[in-house]
Parts: sequence; structure tokens; C-alpha cells
Amino acid sequence: MIDFIIDLVAATLRIGTPLLLAALGEIVTERAGVLNLGIEGIMYSSAFSGIAAASYTGSLWIGLMVAVVTGLVAGLILAFLTVTLGVNQHVAGLGLTLFLISVSNTVNRILFTADGGQVRVEPWKSIGFGGPILDQYLFTYFALFVGAPLVWWIIWRSGFGLRVRAVGENPEAADVAGIPVARTRYQAVLLGTIFMSLAGAFITLAYVGQFTINIINGRGWVALALVIFGRWNVGRSILGAAIFSLVNAGQLQLRLVPAFAGVPFELLLALPFLAVIIGLAVSGRNVPYPGSYLKPYRRL
Amino acid sequence: MKPRFVLRADEPWWRGPLLVMFAVLVTFIVTSALIRWSGGSPIAAFRYMFINPLQSRFGLTESILSATPLVFTGAAVAIAFRAGYWNIGAEGQLLAGTIGATWFGLHAEGLPSFVAVPGILLAGAVSGAAWALLPALLRARLGIDEVVSTLLLNPVALLVITGLLNGPWRNSETGFPDSDVIAQSAMMPVVWPDTRVHLGLVFGIVVTLGCWWFIRSMAGGLRLRAVGLAPGAARIAGLQVERTLLTTALVSGGIAGMGGASEIAGVAHQLTIGISSGFGYTGVIVATLAALSFIGSLLVALMLGIINVGSFSASRALSIPSTMGEVVQSVLLVTVVAALVIQKYRVVWKQGQS
Amino acid sequence: MSSATPSVLLREIRKSYGVTVALDGVTLELVPGEIHALLGENGAGKTTLMKTLFGLTQPDSGRIEVDGNATVIKSPRDARAAGIGMVTQHFSLVKTMTVAENLALSEARLVSVDLAKARRTAVDAAERYGFEVPADVVVAELPVALQQRAEILKALAAGCKYLILDEPTAVLGPKDVDSLLGVIERLRDQESMSIVLISHKMKEIERVADRVSVLRRGAVVASTAARGMTTKELIALMVGGDAGESVARPVSSINDDAPVALALRGVSVKRSHGGLEDITFEVRAGEILGIAGVSGNGQSELVEVLSGTLSVDEGQVEVGGSHLADVTPPSLLAAGVGMLGEDRHAAAVHNLPVVENLVLDQLQSVTRRGHLDRSAMAERCDVAIRQFEIKATPQQHLGTLSGGNMQKVLLARLFGRSPKAAIVSQPTRGLDVSSTRYVRSLIADARASGTAVVLVSEDLDEVLELANRIAVMYRGRVVGILDAHEVTRERLGEMMAGVLV
Repeated sequence: MIDFIIDLVAATLRIGTPLLLAALGEIVTERAGVLNLGIEGIMYSSAFSGIAAASYTGSLWIGLMVAVVTGLVAGLILAFLTVTLGVNQHVAGLGLTLFLISVSNTVNRILFTADGGQVRVEPWKSIGFGGPILDQYLFTYFALFVGAPLVWWIIWRSGFGLRVRAVGENPEAADVAGIPVARTRYQAVLLGTIFMSLAGAFITLAYVGQFTINIINGRGWVALALVIFGRWNVGRSILGAAIFSLVNAGQLQLRLVPAFAGVPFELLLALPFLAVIIGLAVSGRNVPYPGSYLKPYRRL
Repeated sequence: MKPRFVLRADEPWWRGPLLVMFAVLVTFIVTSALIRWSGGSPIAAFRYMFINPLQSRFGLTESILSATPLVFTGAAVAIAFRAGYWNIGAEGQLLAGTIGATWFGLHAEGLPSFVAVPGILLAGAVSGAAWALLPALLRARLGIDEVVSTLLLNPVALLVITGLLNGPWRNSETGFPDSDVIAQSAMMPVVWPDTRVHLGLVFGIVVTLGCWWFIRSMAGGLRLRAVGLAPGAARIAGLQVERTLLTTALVSGGIAGMGGASEIAGVAHQLTIGISSGFGYTGVIVATLAALSFIGSLLVALMLGIINVGSFSASRALSIPSTMGEVVQSVLLVTVVAALVIQKYRVVWKQGQS
Repeated sequence: MSSATPSVLLREIRKSYGVTVALDGVTLELVPGEIHALLGENGAGKTTLMKTLFGLTQPDSGRIEVDGNATVIKSPRDARAAGIGMVTQHFSLVKTMTVAENLALSEARLVSVDLAKARRTAVDAAERYGFEVPADVVVAELPVALQQRAEILKALAAGCKYLILDEPTAVLGPKDVDSLLGVIERLRDQESMSIVLISHKMKEIERVADRVSVLRRGAVVASTAARGMTTKELIALMVGGDAGESVARPVSSINDDAPVALALRGVSVKRSHGGLEDITFEVRAGEILGIAGVSGNGQSELVEVLSGTLSVDEGQVEVGGSHLADVTPPSLLAAGVGMLGEDRHAAAVHNLPVVENLVLDQLQSVTRRGHLDRSAMAERCDVAIRQFEIKATPQQHLGTLSGGNMQKVLLARLFGRSPKAAIVSQPTRGLDVSSTRYVRSLIADARASGTAVVLVSEDLDEVLELANRIAVMYRGRVVGILDAHEVTRERLGEMMAGVLV
């Protein structure tokens, strides 16, 4: 029983890492009033570009850098569409996701799978000591002990975060106070995409070590839900990520339990998603959306 | 020097189409780079994608076949978006439709065709609507954003299909994860002889025209439009906003589900894991490119069908990846949507003056 | 040419929105060490004038001179640079941040935020001007009075010498009003600030104003030293005309046999600030009941109750003599009660054509077996366009119409169905002279055809012209209902100011 719990916690940490990273990125973005529905595509394309670059150069670190650059480019496109042009944010984000996924699949075909091969790298390993729970990837430690506190500090303590919150809540007031609204939103979007690309890169460069079609499988949308569930707060989003990952890890473990052997494992795989929806339903009423959420800002 | 955007009241008639053409041009330029990288010639590739399918009967009818599910999802998304209900879950609703249709089709042995064919479509529609119910209720009763809830249910639907196909619906003969073939009576007849174009297309067109008719001529259509354009004013006029959203969401899901049933009954005749190649998401592209108009979405669906077929033949002939078609479609979406917005504004480059 | 005394002069400011003239050549001077009160009804142009001064909007013509030099103010930043600050009715604070964070906002660098400086500013202000603002509390959690102080503090921290306060006491209770007025006086005396006080509250103006200017329909109709003026004299200035005269009303007397179309009995809405208390009145068919009162005395809440968007805590609403259990927009419409709200843009679907907007609240009447009866709709639209002199074509989108024509469409929708009762709120706000005249005649016509009309208006002329009886609201209560031909402007003014007999 104890082993079961230990394995459960260990798996939860692993599974939760990309979710937390992606959610951290979306928190910063949405705090500025911008919805980034490109999150799924950014995770996907960063996962791909990271492993592709790592495969070609033999260096996982270069792969990581390329992944982040991919995310930044995608972020620029989204910011241009939504902040500068004022395109409907749902359509812009979804279009970006579709674009990034199809381009990644195409380049994957060109470079790797045309001959039936598949891109693979020797991935980063976990730190290798400390017992099951502590033996996690550096990414996980980064996400929990660097990324989360950093984003918290950025939003709540830094001047930049103050500006982001002002822009996200009341862009007119921010404008009057002399804050460049559009520029702040661009910065928030780009900072967000950095975290999203780290989330994608984690999966291919550390967790799995290869790239397959549909590798992200809706986790970007889950991160989106976690941000709302977390009310755009870092701490609560960690909680949400933990719950989702726990249910996810739980169903993985449950399969090993004889009593559940007969249940189609896909049904169990669906549980975490349903858990998130239930979480939203239970806590999602009158959620304090940032005041300027989805609204492009134009000085009249 | 920063550009300022000033809303223009006067729109010369030629500005819209010109900007759209510019968007198409940008699409070509961007995808050309990718095509060249894959070792093909962009001009040849585009010829395959856009012209080639129209040059043969087979190409044309295959394009129509490819467009059939898009007709359904395009209409489903358009009607939801027009009510201000951001239904991004058409993919899941379509998949739910395929599940319902397959269930019906597997049990339809013995039913006469004129019962089974409408029946399978109905099964699809009901399943699709059921899939749309939860997010719709969350929005109508609790005011919870439907974007995330509809999105999340998409992977869930695929998981349910995978579970069914690996489990109870596994093929009884081959043991592969695709379902048994559905009953003959439930299969939709071909409407264009010697092609694969099936009755589903007719239903799709009928449904789309029905939406068009509803929006412009029925009182419910005016209600829907008012709720989508100005929910506050609609409420003041005594319209039931939440009820309209709920109903629209269910209708949207039902149409998407019917699209799934059409795929099962008309083409695939069995459920497979790859039954949908993103039809629900492409439906968003169709609806947006058609600027949420229904007649327009028929044309856009056909265009995307042509691109699908064309990129497939391009991939065989020129060895560029078949996913290139999806790239073209998504770039087109982004550029056209940007063009449609730019057309409304005049860009002022001067320093802070209007 | 540099003037010796610092001042801000607004010279011949003109501003029009399309065909509506908001400011018609206004000249106003602000001098240090003076509290200058700006009086006038809503829509008179006070807020527009001050927005021009603060850079939130640009005048069509005219100049602003700061210390004798022509100054261009294109944005609030320019205004602040010129030493002008404004506290608007909608606070420009970020509600989810603390007071200190709001103060520190304009100086925030990338990494560091000087919250300590912000806190010091707050403490300073407490000492100098005697008003305390807790610096580390989130704005949304502060009571409104303190939120307003934070807003003022923001303006002061920017070093302004001219402070505009737009209806600052509208949201305050008596004790807070007192301290705010004290603060304003201290600012004038200690800092020689020049303060513009836009207000309706006569007592307050009486207490602090050094000078008062009255705006009506975009023009300054009076500007005098205010020291020593009584409330009565101030009211006389504001309502104009000979305060003592009893005006002959061109209205017919009410038919006492006419049925009561709409009644409120003991209606109360409990709120910490504002609200309604024991409202009781009746309106008969073919009668206009005017609701007069200074803005902010419960009229908005009354309209919300009558439109079904605010639920009552006590009392009931009766339509046609029977109690209406469920007061919602659909049930009111079904009972024959229509409404024209004060914000026409909130009630108009801008991107639908006129012909469709006209039937939006009565779709059942043009629906046959689910289908819209387009020819019936077109007919109704033609009739409406002719009858209400709407300058628009049926297919034109409502958002492209001028304010006056949009209002006429909404009125056509309201009166076209010959409702039993109609609530009309601020019907001519922001309209040009001819539209105003026409709209008023439409309301009179509705009365003539038997509709019971409740006319809520801050424009006393309008109420006097149209109403058979006038109910005056003060602090959420109806302090009196008078017959129109018995009333004098003076009496009305007194009741509006809370002076009871």
C-alpha cells in the first residue's frame, strides 16, 4: 500500500510538470487580458522542434533553446494578431494551434518519418537518487522550485507584474498612468510562450525521448482549464495540476490493480479530463476573470 | 513611429476582396517555403492542390466527398458562433455522433433502409447533442465559459472511441481495433453513380440550407442573432438569453454529430480510430472563412475538400507530405481573418495625430 | 504673453457629437485658491467640458490656456503635466490592486516597484490634509468613500494644482461627505489649489463654493460669486426662470375614472447606500406621472425595479390592478408594460436593421407558425418611420443612426404596441433641440392614446412640460406628489433639495 502511494506521488510529479509549466505561462498571458488558445500548438511545435534540433546537433541543450525560440516566434504571431490587429482571440489562437500542429507534422514527415523512421534522442534522465519520489527530472524541480515562485514573484512583486495586472484589469487606467498597454501585452504573451515551450520540450527531451503524432493529446487545453480553476493564481493552479495529475497517475496505477483489469483503460484515461470539468463546474461560478479578458484595447 | 488603427466608416467595396486576395498571396508565399523544403516545386504543388482535382470527374467527386463532413461541422460551428456560443467542441461532438451511429448501425440488421438511414443520422445527431449538453448546461446555468469545457471533451471522445474499439467493439473477424461493418440497410446509398459521393452530402446541404433559412426567416433565428450580437439589449427586449444559448449549443452539437453519422453510414461503414481527421476543428476554419454565413460555408467546405484531395495527390506525385493541405488551410485561416480585421481599420502611421 | 496670476482658462470650447451639440462655446476660468462649483443637469455638458480639460476628449474648437499660454491637452498625461487632475465618477483605479500599488503604478520600473514611496505619500496626505487611506488594502475591499480618497490621492501625488471632482459626493453618506468637504477646503486653504466641484447637492455647494457656474444645454447661463448664496438662490440659478412663478400647464386634467394602469405599493429595496424606501404611487391610463429629483436620489433604482432588473425586498408591483408576482422583463412585457431606458445604446442591437429592432420585444406578434411575417414587419416599420418621423431606411443598421433617430426607433418600439404603461427614463438626454421637442410630443401623444406614462427625468423643464402629476424623489423616498398645475418651480426645487414643509 505504501509503495502504491509512493509510486502515485512520484508519477503525479512527473505528469504534472508539463501541465504546471504550461499553466504558469498561460497565467501570465491571461493576467494581461489575452487568451492564448495557441497553447496546445505551442507545446506541440516546441516538443517537435526541440527534439528535431537535438537530434541534428546531438545536443539536448540546443534542442531546448530551439524549442523556446519556436515558442517565442509563435507568441509573436499571436500577439500581433490579437493585440495589434484585434482579431477574435478564439479564432486566432485556434488557427495558430492548427497551423503549428500541421507544420510540425509536415516537417516531421520531411525530416524523419518519410522513410518510416522516427526521431529519437537519448533523453535527459531524472536526477537518479533520492528514492522514487525525489528521483525526478530537473524540469520538475525547475517547475516547482524555480518556475512557480518566479512567476509568482513576477506577477505579485515586480514592476512588470504590476503593469501586467493593471493592463489585464483596467487598461484605461493603465493607459492614463502612462503604461504602454500593447507593449505590456506583447511582453506577457512572449513570457508565457517561454513556459509553454518548456512544457513541450520536457515531454520530448526528457520524459519520452521521441516524438509521435498527437503527443500533446489535449494537455494544452487542460492547462487552460487549470488556469481558470486556479483563478489565475500560482498556488491554486499548482493545486489544480496536482489534482489532475493525481487522477491521471491514479488511473495508470489502477490498471495494475487486478480489480480494475477489466475496465477499458481509455475510460480511465478520460477520468482526469472529466475531473477537470467537474472541478470547473464546482468552483467555476463567478470566477474573477481579468477585467479586460478577450478585449482588444483601443484608445478612443 | 507606431501605427495607429482608426476605425473607418467608409469601406470602398473593393477593399475587402483585395485584402483577402492579399491574404491568399501570403498563404502561398509561406507554404511555398515549406513545400520547397520538402523537395517539391511550389507551383506544381499548388496546381495539384487547387486545379488538379477539378480536372477529373474522380478528383471532383472525391473533393465533394472530402467536403461532406465539413459541410456539417462548418454549419455547426457557424450557428453556434453566431449566437455568441464559442463551440470549439465540434470535433468531440462529431466523434460522439460516430459512436452513436455505429451503435445504431451494428444493431440495424433487419430494419428496412428507409428506416435505417434516417435512423442512423438521428442516432448521430442525438449523440452529438448529448455530447454538447454538459458544457451547454455549465454555460447556461452557471455561466461557466464554454471554450474550455467544449475543448476538453474532444480528447475524451477520442478516448471513448479507442476504448470501445479496443474492447467491446473490437472487430470480431480480424481482431483489429476497428469495429465490425454496420448493417447493409444502414449504409447510405451513393447519389452520384460510379463515385463515392453519398446521401450524406444531401443531408448536409439540407441541414445547412435549413440553418440559413432558420436564421433569416424564423423568429428563433432573429432571437439567435440578437443574442449573439447584443445579449444585453436582447435581455432588455425580454428575450431568454440563456435558453437560446442552450438550445443553440444542442443544435450545434446535433449537427456535428450528424456529420459523424454521415461519415460512418456513407463512407467508412465502420468505426475506426482515425475516423475523423480533425473535421471539427476544420469546421472552425470553414465557418470563419465563410464569415459565419451558411451559403458561404458550402463553398468554403468544397474548397477545403479540393485542397484535401489535391494535397493527397500532390503527396503521391511530388512526395511532399500530405499534411501540407492542413498547413495551407490553417495559414489561410490566419491570414484571411487578419485581412478581414485590417479592412475595417485605416492604418495611420503619423506620430500621434488623427 | 504670460499672465501674472496662474490660471486655467477654457475659451470658447465647442464640441459636437455628430449633430448633437454638447458644448456651445463655453468660457470658464479657474483660479487658484478657489472652489468653483459647476451646476447643471445631466447632459448639460459639465462632464464633457471637464473631459476636455483633462484630455479624455478633444474639443472641435476653442482653446485652453494655462497661465496665459495656449496649451494643447491631448491626453490625460498632458493634462497631468499641466498640473490638472481629475477624479471621475468611474474611478480609474485598478480594483484588484492595493492602494499603494495603484499609486506606484505610473512609476513602476521593470523589476522594482517603489511601494515604500507610495506608502509614504499616503501617510503624508493623512497628515497634511487630514484624510487617511489605508495603503495596503485592495481597492475592491475598501468602502467607496475610501476608494474615492485613493483616487484623489492619486491625483495629488501627481502634483496637480487644479483638481476636478466629478460628483464626488454622489456615492457618499453624510459623514463621509463632511470629511470630503473638509479635505477640499483644506486643499484650497493650505495648498491654494483650484478645485472644480461638479455637484448637484445644493447644501454642499452652499457650504464650500466660492464661485458657481451653471451650464444648460452646452452653454454657461450664469456664473457668479457663490459665497453667501442660499440653497434657494442656488436652486433658482439652476432651474432658471422666475422661481416664484406658477406656470400655466398645457395639460388636460386627469380623468379620475380612468383605470389605474400601474401602481407601486410600499416598494422598498434595501441597500447599504442608496436604495428605495416605501415607494407608493399610482399612474392612471392617459396620464403622465413625472418623477423629478436631483440625480442620484433613487430614480435609477426605481427604473430598474419597473423594468424588472432589480428585485424588491418589500412591497409589490401592480399592473392593471392585479399584483404582478414575477417582475422580469418578459413578464412585464407580457403584462403590457414597456420601458425606454436611459442608455439607448444598451437597448439597441446596433448590427441589426431598424425593421428587426422594432419588433424584437414583441416577436410573437409577427410570428406565424415560427416564421417571421416579413411583410407585417415591413408594414409596421413603414408606419413607425412615418408616424415617428424617423430619418432612416428599414434596412439600415441601428448603430448607424444618430442618437435622436435611434431614440425615436426605441420609442416607436415602445409606443407602437400601445402599451398599458410605459416607463420612460431620461428620454431626451444628449439629443439636439428638434429631436428633443419631437420626442416630448411623442410622449404626449402616447398619453393622449391612453398609455399611462412614468416619466423619469432630471430635466425639470421636461417634467413640467409633460407631467400631469409630479412625484419628487429625495434620498430614495417619494417626498410628495403634486398636481402639475398647482406646482411652482420654487416648490419643486425645495422638495428636490429635501426641504420639506
